[in-house]
Amino acid sequence: MTAIEAEGVSVVAVDQESRTWLDALSTAGPSRDAAVGRLHALLLRAARFEVGRRRAALAATGERELDDLAAQAADDALMAVLRKLDTFRGDSRFTTWAYKFALLEAAVKVRRRAWAQREVPLESEGWARLADRRGAPDTDAETNDLLRAIGAAIADALTPHQRAVLVAVALNDVPIDVLAERMSTTRGALYKTLHDARKALRAHLGREGYEIGASGQPGGRR
Amino acid sequence: MTERDPHEMVRRLLGPSEPELTCEACFEQLDRYVELELRGDDADAAVPGMHAHLEGCPACREDHASLRALLSG
Repeated sequence: MTAIEAEGVSVVAVDQESRTWLDALSTAGPSRDAAVGRLHALLLRAARFEVGRRRAALAATGERELDDLAAQAADDALMAVLRKLDTFRGDSRFTTWAYKFALLEAAVKVRRRAWAQREVPLESEGWARLADRRGAPDTDAETNDLLRAIGAAIADALTPHQRAVLVAVALNDVPIDVLAERMSTTRGALYKTLHDARKALRAHLGREGYEIGASGQPGGRR
Repeated sequence: MTERDPHEMVRRLLGPSEPELTCEACFEQLDRYVELELRGDDADAAVPGMHAHLEGCPACREDHASLRALLSG
């Protein structure tokens, strides 16, 4: 893959193997059917790989059910790839681009299955325990102080929706896809809420005189 | 609420401070970013905001790790 700068416009040349895939998938006929079959086999391999990586999350699920999950993910990924074929720009190999759809479909299916019987905790007290936090003996005083301040900021600076999303994702480890499904929204919309909540917390802590490092490490209080 | 390392808790609550991609833009760029990483190129310079997003979004971080692992295997 080569990026060519031509009069300020970046043109990416599609590599030969990817071009072969695109041509085969774009031309109706038996060769397209064969290419779709090969693509499905690749996507199934990727979906099985992903389900295998996450099988600990589905410890009570049998092998056959796991393979069904991978097959469903591969089917859905195939549909997504064919639907979005004209958006492939050649920024990577075609197979790498296609794999990410299978991995995403499989990961979302595993997370949802793992949480299918579980209640999503949208508790409002978790953050309050931060505000009431007593200094843990093995934690430095600055971090304990910052955690208490974050607990107070969650109460004062966030909307109820921002608070629910932040607590679920950042404190209770609810996967964002699962939360999006329960809240009838999208992963992207929820991440935007999470991003805005974090921004509001940082701004509030800044007004309170806390200096926060780039990755959240405490820099003390002014 | 699961009790965890206090520094990790701060990091998860406050997230990255630098500008970051959205989940949609992350997915769009993920294949390119991982290939650049695996070639040893400066993926972070080529895709600004990706590193910060992967730090802040657990789901996209897992997707990134999976694609890397699949291509490396």
